[in-house]
Amino acid sequence: GKNEYDLLVIGGGSGGLACAKEAAQFGRKVAVLDYVEPSPRGTTWGLGGTCVNVGCIPKKLMHQAALLGSALKDAQHYGWNISQPVHHTWSVMAQSVQNYVKSLNWGHRVQLQDKKVKYFNIRGSFSDPHTVRGLTKAGKETIVTADNIVIATGGRPKYPTHIAGALEYGITSDDLFWLKESPGKTLPSFILHVSLECAGFLTGIGLDTTVMMRSIPLRGFDQASHISKKNQICFTTQQQMASLVTEHMESYGTKFLKRCFPTKVEKLKSNRLQVTWKNADLNTEETDCFDTVMWAVGRAPDTKTLSLETVGVKTNSETGKIIVDASEATSVPHIYAIGDITEGRPELTPTAIAAGKLLAQRLFRHSSELMDYDSVPTTVFTPLEYGCVGLSEEAAVQRHGSDNIEVYHAYYKPLEFTVAERDAIQCYVKMVCLREREQRILGLHFIGPNAGEVIQGFALGIKCGATYPQLMKTVGIHPTCAEEVTKLHITKRSGLDATVTGC
Amino acid sequence: SVQAHQEEDNPQKTMEVNGLTPVPESYDYDLIVIGGGSGGLAAAKEAAKYGKKVMVLDFVTPTPQGSSWGLGGTCVNVGCIPKKLMHQAALLGQALQDSRKFGWQFTEEVKHNWMTMTESVQNYIGSLNWGYRVSLRDTKVTYENAYGEFVGPHTIKATNKKGVEKLYTAERFIIATGERPRYLGIPGDKEYCISSDDLFSLPYCPGKTLVVGASYVALECAGFLAGLGLDVTVMVRSILLRGFDQDMANKIGEYMKEHGVNFIREFVPIKVEQVEEGTPGLLKVTAKSTTGDQMIEGEYNTVLLAIGRDPCTRKIGLDKVGVNINEKTGKIPVNDEEQTNVPHIYAVGDILQGKLELTPVAIQAGRLLVRRLYAGATAKCDYVNVPTTVFTPLEYGACGYSEETAVEKFGEENIEVYHNHFWPLEWTVPSRDNNKCYAKIICNIQDNERVIGFHVLGPNAGEVTQGFAAAIKCGLTKEQLDSTVGIHPVCAEV
Repeated sequence: GKNEYDLLVIGGGSGGLACAKEAAQFGRKVAVLDYVEPSPRGTTWGLGGTCVNVGCIPKKLMHQAALLGSALKDAQHYGWNISQPVHHTWSVMAQSVQNYVKSLNWGHRVQLQDKKVKYFNIRGSFSDPHTVRGLTKAGKETIVTADNIVIATGGRPKYPTHIAGALEYGITSDDLFWLKESPGKTLPSFILHVSLECAGFLTGIGLDTTVMMRSIPLRGFDQASHISKKNQICFTTQQQMASLVTEHMESYGTKFLKRCFPTKVEKLKSNRLQVTWKNADLNTEETDCFDTVMWAVGRAPDTKTLSLETVGVKTNSETGKIIVDASEATSVPHIYAIGDITEGRPELTPTAIAAGKLLAQRLFRHSSELMDYDSVPTTVFTPLEYGCVGLSEEAAVQRHGSDNIEVYHAYYKPLEFTVAERDAIQCYVKMVCLREREQRILGLHFIGPNAGEVIQGFALGIKCGATYPQLMKTVGIHPTCAEEVTKLHITKRSGLDATVTGC
Repeated sequence: SVQAHQEEDNPQKTMEVNGLTPVPESYDYDLIVIGGGSGGLAAAKEAAKYGKKVMVLDFVTPTPQGSSWGLGGTCVNVGCIPKKLMHQAALLGQALQDSRKFGWQFTEEVKHNWMTMTESVQNYIGSLNWGYRVSLRDTKVTYENAYGEFVGPHTIKATNKKGVEKLYTAERFIIATGERPRYLGIPGDKEYCISSDDLFSLPYCPGKTLVVGASYVALECAGFLAGLGLDVTVMVRSILLRGFDQDMANKIGEYMKEHGVNFIREFVPIKVEQVEEGTPGLLKVTAKSTTGDQMIEGEYNTVLLAIGRDPCTRKIGLDKVGVNINEKTGKIPVNDEEQTNVPHIYAVGDILQGKLELTPVAIQAGRLLVRRLYAGATAKCDYVNVPTTVFTPLEYGACGYSEETAVEKFGEENIEVYHNHFWPLEWTVPSRDNNKCYAKIICNIQDNERVIGFHVLGPNAGEVTQGFAAAIKCGLTKEQLDSTVGIHPVCAEV
């Protein structure tokens, strides 16, 4: 018989919803399945996926809360009379954030309704290439058939199950943003940008926070690698930028346990957690007590319950991610995949959204435009933010050879830090260019306040093939931090002091 | 040394008196820069890099209220720098309000102390003045705190604070004297009113303030004064932000109104009288309607005039050397190499006719000019698509054409305007306005939908706009914009 829907999307997150809504715009019959398996701690949430519920949105809001803490300190220098110390109440913040997230869940449901997309809160698994069997929480079964199916189930945080007590006593980012009570003294463990961001805002709101790291920070996607070498993800092996970011965090109050890895977590009678770890440098074993231990050891694709084997959708044996081609097609005709679940793609909301929309346009509007994953800009929202687009210095050297690239850089001081008497030694900008002929810009890296706002426009420039001379012809806006990019003129090669001294 | 100068110049003076134009065999300097502001200092330091003998003359004529300041020009002392810092102080006031919703607790009503802020700001400016003096010394540029004016084609008379006069000669000159605030020319203006020249170092809180004018200076100052908790009224003769995209200008005004700034539209003050002396005192302002006979009166502690700025070109002896100025505006017309009608005399910065009054433009123009003069470079200053930002409470960043100018130049049917309101994520939790932030781009349909205008209203507009300006310089088209992925969640992704 005929399939019930033109398009079925499994996963109501950034990519899934964008794809579904786009297809519905073309008058297609679309259905979305979304289901949140509760975390080991029992945390669950509504429609919208990782970004809205346990990712970008609550993360940025809590980061903002922490930034406001700094603003309160600055404000005194600017003449505002607030008596220090000022206190932060987790539950007030958490409730505000959670209420906002819930409003977004609601907004998404209304949007789907308005666009006549059918929404099922069920967990789907494949029966055959055009049929998905879904189970509600109560165990009721629904069968959905569609001409085309898009898998956009995203990922969930991993637990280091080899560490005793990790699963029983630790939490992940899935739980952090939904805690009703303060996490207290926290240990976010292992370094990924997630743990740095969380550690950053937890410190900012006044909590005693320690980050335990095995090797180098922001190594990001290496062993637990989700990104193939083909991709120009700017954080990989960004030693210099990573150390500036973590140096700032240290001066800001976050504690770091470097070259340490936990061996066990135990619960004490007081309900606090005792963590035991090995210090690789000193070759010793140490312990300390924490209220909360948060794991940020990587995310795993959410494919377990999909029954992909039933239909033969191929996944990467190492990562478990779904293998797709440039048009987001899997190994099975009419089955596609987008977002965090796909192999070799950046794990970012905007790329999932863009890919989802373009896919819908190709399926239902005879478009042939493919998603361009090159030069995707991104930002890490640590206390001192790091935004980047294009190649890292290391990747550029690897690709072109150090003789063929020129790196311009500068240490600068945001004007607003002056009166506030804040240190700016880690505020830094670096541009990697080809050395010959027109000197095309390969990558731009910026550490400082509002890094995301700064980088976005330059990402456009890089998409247009911006060159160093073009950037130098662009007049700066004064006084901003972004203008420092247009003033870059000291090269690393020259060895000269790259500190900006004044107008 | 001074002795040598006087001996050298005496024959020159005699020749001048005799009606002959002297041609000195050798000059004291390769280059004399009149004006130690953004443009002047950049040019001077650049020239010194090429081994040229350079002098900078900088002098600040005190305001009618007696305010004065050090080396660095408008931007550093009474412009961009103190303005942005006070704007920041106001933003922090807003942040305090927001922070409660984000979980921060502090009980008492928070008040602002003007003196604490002003002292901090002035201290920082002092460090910049000092930094410039050191920088000039290090680059071996001679600096004199003296008022420079032309007395001969290659001769400048420099008069210091004490009235001591010296003469200096140079092969070339760069005029970079900038501007000063305009007064209304009504009774009581110079006696009782202040300008931006006074505001940033005012040794007492201005209190209830009337800002006269609708320039970005007026709106920025009104904006931060209101943000610090003061009662502020803006008196506007006709439109806001003349020359800027009016759609955006109106949105800025609306936002300010909704956030407590009072506006009196279509009135001009006709006299200012003192009711009470003091710091601040009390002033009575009488104003007349521009559309009828209606008169109104109001009392304010401070009246801040921000009706425009006039170039400092009328009393520097330009007539003696034949440099043309626009008689009406006082601005100096130059060619695309910043050269005046007198070949060896150049000009940069705010005094130029038809160019933007911005620090980075002056710096860029000054540097490139000097490179052309002394380093064989050919690059000219690119005045096209210069980005700018107005630091009103809701910041406005722009690059390229306003909607009106685009329609005028290309025709309405040939342009496409894409626009969007957005709600910064950081404003959601504290329930701040959800439909005020706005972005629009103007595209030229006939040229591959090239982006010819970019406008954004929202937090950190300057940071957002900078990169877009670079992209526009690279010939950004709508298609390229669409294919660039956004960073999430930031305002700029809109």
